Amino acid sequence: MAEDKPKPRPIIRIGLFLISHSLLVSVVCCTAGVLSLLLLPVLGKNTYISENALMPGSARPMLSNDDVSEGERFMNQILRFDTMSTGMEIPEMITAHIMDLGGEVNHHKFLPQFNRFHPLHFFLGPDAGTVPENYSCSSYGINTVGIIRAPRGDGKEAIVLVTPYNSLKITRAEALSMGIAYALFSLLARVTWLSKDIVWLAGDSRHGEYTAVASWLRDYHTASFGDLKHSEICAASNLSEMKTMHNSFRHAGTMAAALVIKVTNRSTEFEKDALTIYAEASNGQMPNLDLINIVNYLAVHGQGYRVKVQKIWSLLNVWWLKSLGQLIEMLGKLAGSLNPQWNFGIPVSEYVECTATLASSLYNQALGVPTGPHGAFRDYQVDAITMEISPKFSSSLNNRQYEILLHVGRLVEGVVRSVNNLLEKFHQSFFLYLLTSPSRFVSVGVYMIAFALLVAPLPLVAASLFSDATKSNPDAEKDKYASKPASTLQPAPTFTSWKWLYAAKQVLVVHLWSAIVTLLPYFVDQIPDSSPTTKLSIWIVLSIITLLFLDSFSGSSFPSTIRSRDTEWILLKSVTVAATFIGLCLMSVINFATAEIGALLLVPMCLTAVPLRLDNKVNTLRALIRGACNVIFIFVGFPVTVFFVLKGALEGFDNMRFGDFWNWAESLWAWNSATYIYMCMVHLPCWVLCIQTLLHRF
Amino acid sequence: MFKCCLHSQLQFRSETSLESDHLMGSREPIVLIFLILISTYESSAKGGIAEELNEEFTEGLLLRPLPDRKVLAHFHFQSSVPPTRIYGRHHHLFPKSIYQLVNKFRVREMELSFTQGRWNYERWGGYDPISSSSAKPPGVELWADFDVPLDQVDDSWRNLTHALSGLFCASINFLEHSTSYSAPQWSFHSFAGKLRYGTLPREAVCTENLTPWLKLLPCRDKAGLSALMDRPSIYKGYYHSQRLHLTSDDFGTAKSNAGTMLEQTLTVVLQPNTLGARAMVSGKTLQPSWSLNSLFGRKVHGKCSVSKSSNVYVQFEQNLVSELKEVRKKSEAPESGILIHDDFGNNTIFEMSASPDRVVKEVENLQKEDSSILLEFLVEDYNDSKPFDLGLRWKLPVVWSCQQAPLHASRFLMGSGNERGAIAISLKSLSSNNTPTVGCCEKGSQLRINIFQVVPWYVKVYYHTLKVFIDGELQSTMENIEKIHISPSEDKVSPGVMEMILRLPCGVITAALTLEFDKGFLHIDEYPPDANQGFDIPSAVVSFTDFQASASFEDNLLNKLPILNELQERKHVISYTEVLLVPLTTPDFSMPYNVITITCTVFALYFGSLLNVLRRRVGEEERRLKSKAAKKKGPLTSLLSKLSAKLKGRPVEPPETPSTSPSLINNKLVLKVILVAGIAAGWQYYFR
Repeated sequence: MAEDKPKPRPIIRIGLFLISHSLLVSVVCCTAGVLSLLLLPVLGKNTYISENALMPGSARPMLSNDDVSEGERFMNQILRFDTMSTGMEIPEMITAHIMDLGGEVNHHKFLPQFNRFHPLHFFLGPDAGTVPENYSCSSYGINTVGIIRAPRGDGKEAIVLVTPYNSLKITRAEALSMGIAYALFSLLARVTWLSKDIVWLAGDSRHGEYTAVASWLRDYHTASFGDLKHSEICAASNLSEMKTMHNSFRHAGTMAAALVIKVTNRSTEFEKDALTIYAEASNGQMPNLDLINIVNYLAVHGQGYRVKVQKIWSLLNVWWLKSLGQLIEMLGKLAGSLNPQWNFGIPVSEYVECTATLASSLYNQALGVPTGPHGAFRDYQVDAITMEISPKFSSSLNNRQYEILLHVGRLVEGVVRSVNNLLEKFHQSFFLYLLTSPSRFVSVGVYMIAFALLVAPLPLVAASLFSDATKSNPDAEKDKYASKPASTLQPAPTFTSWKWLYAAKQVLVVHLWSAIVTLLPYFVDQIPDSSPTTKLSIWIVLSIITLLFLDSFSGSSFPSTIRSRDTEWILLKSVTVAATFIGLCLMSVINFATAEIGALLLVPMCLTAVPLRLDNKVNTLRALIRGACNVIFIFVGFPVTVFFVLKGALEGFDNMRFGDFWNWAESLWAWNSATYIYMCMVHLPCWVLCIQTLLHRF
Repeated sequence: MFKCCLHSQLQFRSETSLESDHLMGSREPIVLIFLILISTYESSAKGGIAEELNEEFTEGLLLRPLPDRKVLAHFHFQSSVPPTRIYGRHHHLFPKSIYQLVNKFRVREMELSFTQGRWNYERWGGYDPISSSSAKPPGVELWADFDVPLDQVDDSWRNLTHALSGLFCASINFLEHSTSYSAPQWSFHSFAGKLRYGTLPREAVCTENLTPWLKLLPCRDKAGLSALMDRPSIYKGYYHSQRLHLTSDDFGTAKSNAGTMLEQTLTVVLQPNTLGARAMVSGKTLQPSWSLNSLFGRKVHGKCSVSKSSNVYVQFEQNLVSELKEVRKKSEAPESGILIHDDFGNNTIFEMSASPDRVVKEVENLQKEDSSILLEFLVEDYNDSKPFDLGLRWKLPVVWSCQQAPLHASRFLMGSGNERGAIAISLKSLSSNNTPTVGCCEKGSQLRINIFQVVPWYVKVYYHTLKVFIDGELQSTMENIEKIHISPSEDKVSPGVMEMILRLPCGVITAALTLEFDKGFLHIDEYPPDANQGFDIPSAVVSFTDFQASASFEDNLLNKLPILNELQERKHVISYTEVLLVPLTTPDFSMPYNVITITCTVFALYFGSLLNVLRRRVGEEERRLKSKAAKKKGPLTSLLSKLSAKLKGRPVEPPETPSTSPSLINNKLVLKVILVAGIAAGWQYYFR
């Protein structure tokens, strides 16, 4: 039979072979995808400093005890301001100090910008937000910006240090971070090796740390010629007391890197002082790995700090992760005994810890919300991280501030010196990576394997379903013609090979609906004085109404003349799977981590979806399991459930309210996170289509 | 770069010293004697004129305390030679290399500056002659005006850059490309069409550039004021600018006797060493005391013997003088009537280690009480046994500020991303809170500002997007621009040049210009080394044409001294803006390898399939397959064919067969593989 036809090309033959075995292939690929995701901590490489020019730690720290004492004095002076009557005391004091050091200062006034959901503003980058109408002069935040011009530099580049503080109520920890910055600033004003300008931004975080930094950056990168007008309006207030000299915005060239320095009062459970690095910016963008590397290198080798990155603590005590770690350790030992070069095994504790860190890294990137004020810099292609210092176990800041000042000051000095050495901007190392520990990372080349394996079955299954449907069709047609010869008058059956278009239309309608759902919050948000719960309910109800309306409007998805209802769902599933594949691939370009997590949820749901009635008919154990799986996947795949499950896993199920989801979604669009778009325009339609497949009537 | 510099230096040597090689090349002493005879004859013959028109060399040093506890030192050396037609070609003092340069390329005027660091216009002043003439943009700036026909100007420029590159050991030769220099029409200096202007913002300036510059001086740095130039202390400063200004009248039709004049200046801003903590007097910080020895680490052991004059000046600026008077009034109320220059050696505010030989007061055109004061010290009186070490010691804290330019110009980039952006030039009035000391124009009149901006071609500026903001309000562009000349950039040929005269109302507080641009793409071999740093937009030149930065001194006799002449020269107030760094899209430079790999793969696939299609005969293959199927197969061959069919892949078979046959072969294959792997592992394990 096969011999009469000419053989197709080998590549097509392989394709056909895979399609015909799509079930096996999809099971193998999905399992391999999940496994390789779990293996990522093992595959992580040790970080290394890629750019030779950085030379971290090659110079002796110059921060002397005098500088540190000055920083301490500065800090105590700040703490003396108990009552903030005008909010101008600290800026004035910083100004006086910086002027004394020979730096340049200016005050930057800003108003909080209420991030409204605006459907067309996605991916447009930082926009000039709207200034709220009703503001008073006291609601201004005032950033103090000090600049040291490099003595012999050309002023083309700058390094930014950020210390956020709350001007309404300053804490000791914030004052300490300011003290660190001041000690450093007084050193850097003297040194001769600077080639890049140093900008110190004392950000007024009364409207949030991120807002302070973001609004300064926005004014830095746009023409803020109109800043005088605000001061005219507020001329009567105390703001006008500021000297006009400090009012004009100062620029200092292109930013090379930015460091946010924060101190917390929370002590760690470790013997050493700890430094936590926050790196994730909006939409899963990361700073260049070299920046994290030098901070890690200098903190560990220079100052003896313990460096941490965020991890999901609840994962540390999961039994299956531990046993998986044991298995991997055993396999690694065995492989190592066979050939010492195959020594890939890592100890169980390390594996579990790496997995927890990796999960946190993946989660934070997927969320697309920056983890700190450093996120604002990434919008302007500036590499930035937040360094949070916490004192060691059972000690507080009060008696150790001198020590912390000295160590952190020297650490930041080392980092500044390294970045200062840099001739080019950060480009040598990775931008796409996941951290498994501060000194280990998984690069894009490795972690995309898991995603590729997860997604690979989708087109195969779509093709195989399509070929199944078209193959079973002729029989159905024949049956039909045999039983109903009268219907030959109608033209519809002549287009049977185009039948998938009906399925495509249905998928398109659902996607259209999802676009409407995406935009609905814009209108729901306009409703005044309503709690998140009501807003969420309105959103859901409106969505359901629109879906029903659209469904009835577009009419029955398949012409009633075609009775081949059994192939109908196959075609629908095929098109759904194809659309999901396209959606996931598009998302992987925008935010890889979101696509990865999305694929974990969507791929099993899409692939197993089979009408429940079909399972009922067959009524075997396999069908029962399949039906149960379907229901579970569908339940878990609903975005709201995903949110609550994740939140419960991370924070506990105690105080959870229905409206939290609305708040969460609101935060997503406020941060311009592409995850929101993904959730509404890829995940949700796929989920709805899977439900339609499940509830298919014969 | 250094290699190439040496190379061009050699080239230059061979070019310019052709003449001397002809003359001096042979080593026969007779010729030499002959030449000497001739030259002495010539000089004696022209002795009559040479008495009044002779080569001259003068040196001078101006020191000025700056408000931010720093000291400005401005060295000024001037060599001049009378015109060739009068004086001939043989010089005693004037550097030969420069003379040859002038003659060969017919340079009418030229200025070359090497600068490290930025001039701080806010603190060090922006109105006085020194900041207008010696504050230069970072890196190298070169402009030259040629006395050649218009079509030869570019050639002359190219040759000049190469010559200077060799002479000063710098990569000035990169200015030869037409993309890196421009021909300003009227804004920069008023020479029509024959002026070329180019900058290299990224040029690193160091002692290798200073040494050739010093070689042009008759005493080098062995004697005279230039002996102060201790390299570490000079380069440790906050600003360092060495400048060479050349004017020549040799080619002019006018019979002037000015000849060729070479002016060399070195401007440094130094921080005096203050050991230990800062001295405080009554809660205020005292200005640091300094001496020549503490600033430079050296002393002056007499003047350069060939120099006509060798003076050191200490300048007290106008604001400082009035501040000094204030302080004195407070401190010694009864003696307030005493004129300030009565006791400059030692008074209650500061003390100088030597008493000045003369005190020169500036004469202001405007009616002002105080004017700046120059204290003159003559170096002639000092020698090795009694070196000159001028010192200034402050006794009372004084705070003053420098005279500012009418508006402070700064420039910055707007926007983010690799696609587009905007350049903004902002002009701000700094003297808004205190009285506008700088003679601002009368009410109703207008302030004219000349802006000259060169933009490299890969920054594609859209000049129609020019917007003018005055005090934060968008204004109509045409109303505020008096004159504008734009030559848009041409890709890979010429940079974009914008010259304009902006007209601003008098009491303006802030004004800003914005220009939008697109970022272009460069060809892979056009990227400079360290391409990821970004690309420089050279400084814009902002000059205030209504203001003259010049001082005039009361003593007319002083006009003979070149360093004071420089101060008195009538020039517009000029300031340079910052250099900007534009990050462009930079390819991953390992990409060519990837591109080659991918291209080769694509080509291989294409040609492979093409050949396959051309070679293949379908009918023949089918016939052969049929005949093969007809043949009876043995067990081994059938297994082989099965295996080969497996390896090649199979056509889709009816759904009932695939479940059995492939799994069978699969099992066998898997078994075999496991067996081999097991043997290998066992081998590895036991025989290690």
